[in-house]
Amino acid sequence: MGKFTLEEVNTMYVDVLREIGNIGAGNATTAIASMLGIRLDMSVPKVALLEVSQLGSAICREDETIVGIFLEVQSDIEGSMMFLLKMDSAQFLVNKLMGRDGDFKTEFDEMDLSALKEIGNIIAASYLNALSSLTNLVITPSIPYIAVDMAASILSVPAIEFGQFGDHALLIQTEFGDDVMINGYFILMPEEDSYDKILTALGLSL
Amino acid sequence: MSKVIKVGMADLNICKSPDIITTLGLGSCIGLTLYDPVTKVGGMVHYMLPDSTQMRNNSNIAKFADTGIDELLKQVLRAGANRTRLVAKIAGGAKMFSVSGSSNISNIGERNALAAKAKLKQLRIRLIAEDTGLNYGRTVELHCETGDFYIKAIGKPVKKI
Repeated sequence: MGKFTLEEVNTMYVDVLREIGNIGAGNATTAIASMLGIRLDMSVPKVALLEVSQLGSAICREDETIVGIFLEVQSDIEGSMMFLLKMDSAQFLVNKLMGRDGDFKTEFDEMDLSALKEIGNIIAASYLNALSSLTNLVITPSIPYIAVDMAASILSVPAIEFGQFGDHALLIQTEFGDDVMINGYFILMPEEDSYDKILTALGLSL
Repeated sequence: MSKVIKVGMADLNICKSPDIITTLGLGSCIGLTLYDPVTKVGGMVHYMLPDSTQMRNNSNIAKFADTGIDELLKQVLRAGANRTRLVAKIAGGAKMFSVSGSSNISNIGERNALAAKAKLKQLRIRLIAEDTGLNYGRTVELHCETGDFYIKAIGKPVKKI
């Protein structure tokens, strides 16, 4: 059983996650910008501590379609993470990557989903890299899994994950783009033991 | 005119004819309804986890199958439902990401569905219809006028069970 609970580490953890989110999102933005050959700016990530039961409607209407990319995390830190994109942002990124017009719109085919998975993979890996280099912990992500479905149903996965330990979850929002701004959301879900590993590695204690 | 009553995640509520009770975007959670076809009183719980006894933090009773179904039963009976006539329907319990491992969380949808069946059996309430599993989200509605239970999913026709 962990030394800290999510409730106890809130303020400290929120600051740490915001900083990691900042670096991670920076890395991710650079990676995507160079892949797409465009210029991207990013804003300082917002970190929100939410009631688990509110998570389903945290980023948009519960039945709005969104894209979720899910990775399991292993080695020094055990758990999982999720990256979420609203449909318009996802469509924009896929269009850029596939060399289509910016306002092209269609249902995603296998190729589009694969491209999105890769974008999610890069973004998640950049975030995890930041966490790993700040903490000196080895973090190994799994292959990415993707789902395009109703927001509440995708967010039920982190809600259940957090719900096992408490009633709160942390949602990190980043914004990047040039003329079009893209909203992405991270949810990091360490297993309970991994909280104190992260905090201890950063030299923090209660 | 009928009202639409919304049930959130880890939430429950009751409903009387002609109203409709709904929950949006069930993923691995379960939406379970109890309904008395004579008095047309029903209710829905949207729970997240199968078993409150294995959790340290179990203060929100609507979060768990065992405590959530108990509470829903209590509330529909209080609202005028007859226990012997009650029937149950369930939906949800999807596996949203096709994660291969057998971790605690990867089969949570399936475990949630099994928990409903075990609890209903223990309470001697008949489960007359279900739409669970697979890999997509569901929005569900119970129409208390008729007892019909509608399931909507993205890119699929509306299903009535």
